[in-house]
Amino acid sequence: MENTIEATGLELSYGDTRALAGVDLSAPAGTVLGVLGPNGAGKTTAVRVLATLLRADGGSARICGHDVAAEPDRVRELIGLTGQYASVDEDLTGRQNLVMIGRLLGLPRPAAHARATELLARFSLTDAGGRSAKTYSGGMRRRLDLAASLVNRPRVLFLDEPTTGLDPRSRTEVWDTVRGLVDDGTTVLLTTQYLEEADELADDIVVFDEGTVVARGTSDELKHRTGAQTLTVRPRDRADLPQVLAVLEQVSGAVPATDTRGTSSVPVPDAALLGAVLDRLTTQGIAVSELAVRLPSLDDVFFALTGHGAQPEAPTETRQEIPA
Amino acid sequence: MTTLTERPAPPRRPDAPQRRTSGLQQSLTLAWRNVVKIRHQPEALADVTFQPIVFVVLFVFVLGGAIAGDWRDYLTYLVPGIMVQGLVIAAGGIGVALNNDIAKGVFDRFRSLPIARSAPLVGAVFADVVRYLVSTGILLAFTACLGFRPTEGVAAAALAVVVAIAFAMCVSWVFVWIGLVVRSAGSVQGIGFLVMFPLTFGSTAFVQADTLPGWLQGFTENNPVTHLVDVVRGLLLGGPVAEPLAWTAGWAALLLVVFVPLAMRAYRRRV
Repeated sequence: MENTIEATGLELSYGDTRALAGVDLSAPAGTVLGVLGPNGAGKTTAVRVLATLLRADGGSARICGHDVAAEPDRVRELIGLTGQYASVDEDLTGRQNLVMIGRLLGLPRPAAHARATELLARFSLTDAGGRSAKTYSGGMRRRLDLAASLVNRPRVLFLDEPTTGLDPRSRTEVWDTVRGLVDDGTTVLLTTQYLEEADELADDIVVFDEGTVVARGTSDELKHRTGAQTLTVRPRDRADLPQVLAVLEQVSGAVPATDTRGTSSVPVPDAALLGAVLDRLTTQGIAVSELAVRLPSLDDVFFALTGHGAQPEAPTETRQEIPA
Repeated sequence: MTTLTERPAPPRRPDAPQRRTSGLQQSLTLAWRNVVKIRHQPEALADVTFQPIVFVVLFVFVLGGAIAGDWRDYLTYLVPGIMVQGLVIAAGGIGVALNNDIAKGVFDRFRSLPIARSAPLVGAVFADVVRYLVSTGILLAFTACLGFRPTEGVAAAALAVVVAIAFAMCVSWVFVWIGLVVRSAGSVQGIGFLVMFPLTFGSTAFVQADTLPGWLQGFTENNPVTHLVDVVRGLLLGGPVAEPLAWTAGWAALLLVVFVPLAMRAYRRRV
């Protein structure tokens, strides 16, 4: 069975800059593929190639078995696209935006209006439907944008940074919508800079850096593959801390670190060491208020894979905000 | 292997569009979009509303006496020319509008839909007919108040308007192309004026060709704006129409043949 999204060896250069340097992507029907990476990693370029907006210099891509370069019109019938910059028409009302797309897709006027009504209701925009889109809040615009990409009931949906700049509540709303679509059988490709978002939504994650895929797998697989697990212990009585540190060092063979709250942590290769630690602490009569093995966060994973954080430009921006 | 996924799953797309729409229908839908935008933002018509009035006042009352000796005589000569000039300038607006539209990302959505590639551009050209009608309507109404009267009847006057607007739609493809190849809306406007001023002033719109130096007469007599002004003048005030109309049609066809493909190519390339 062929994957709904299948790309092999995609290459694309803008002048001297290689935006995509041989990218493979695949997603089975009804799953979410998360494309994770910092700004400029090539995520948006990959989406634009898959959505037939850009032609790759090399490699090939198929959507539901149709080649994006050879049969772009067939592909356009199957996809929905929500851009990084919400691409609704600000000067039109929410309803007019949806009706326009329905009409462009060949729906007769009454059917286009019916579809608009249905989508406005589904995205809680019924009351705002008659207002021009430029009066919408960020979350409302993003919902309208999502609605606009669903007019033709796409089988594949491309969401390019769908929650960038949204407040946490709006972000959760978008996530719920995406989950609902996937339950209905839609295949989603989602790009994001937020590790949490990929963790929440994606069945499979690919990590982009400088136009190449540096890692792929499920969220758990990625966490297991890179970075050790961390074992943490907090004794109920702080006076026991020296003995706790001694036990951790004996079991793991590494020097533990301690934070200000009295929690000691040490990297461990295997969660099974938890039992050994618990045995020794019990034997010595030390009561603990916390004992856990934690997987690394995707943030840790990202750092380990690319050698830099997920949003390397953030500190620069902070500096720029301080007046000279 | 491929054959398994060749067919779209019919049960999930019960009222899926059946690709019956033509490129023309899509263009009209997108023209409707542009007209709706005007309704939301009537100030977008400010240029075509006030420009004819300002230009008539400027030319008739400031320059008319010096050019023709009497402003009333000059008004009669001027109306066909200023009508054509107003339309050419109105046609220039499309470049700025398209440039802005593309910067906002709306065109990405159009490009991801299964519609004719040309539809967004053709739609924008169609929608500008509203601007042309406003420009011409205001001009004719204002000059009528000043005493301008067409002599050839209503049908001929209507034909003059139709021919002039049709020509403006062909000229607008030049500005569509400029709007797509130039990066910022500000430079689109600057380049637009560089094209429009020589064409409109280097014509018989404002002065008769025999008042010009010889080298300029050569340009003026072969300027498409001159041919169009002659057609409009003939249909409004009497005079030969057939020959300038043939020239105008030829120029219009040439503009379409050259600039529609250029604009489409620029549109495909513009990321």
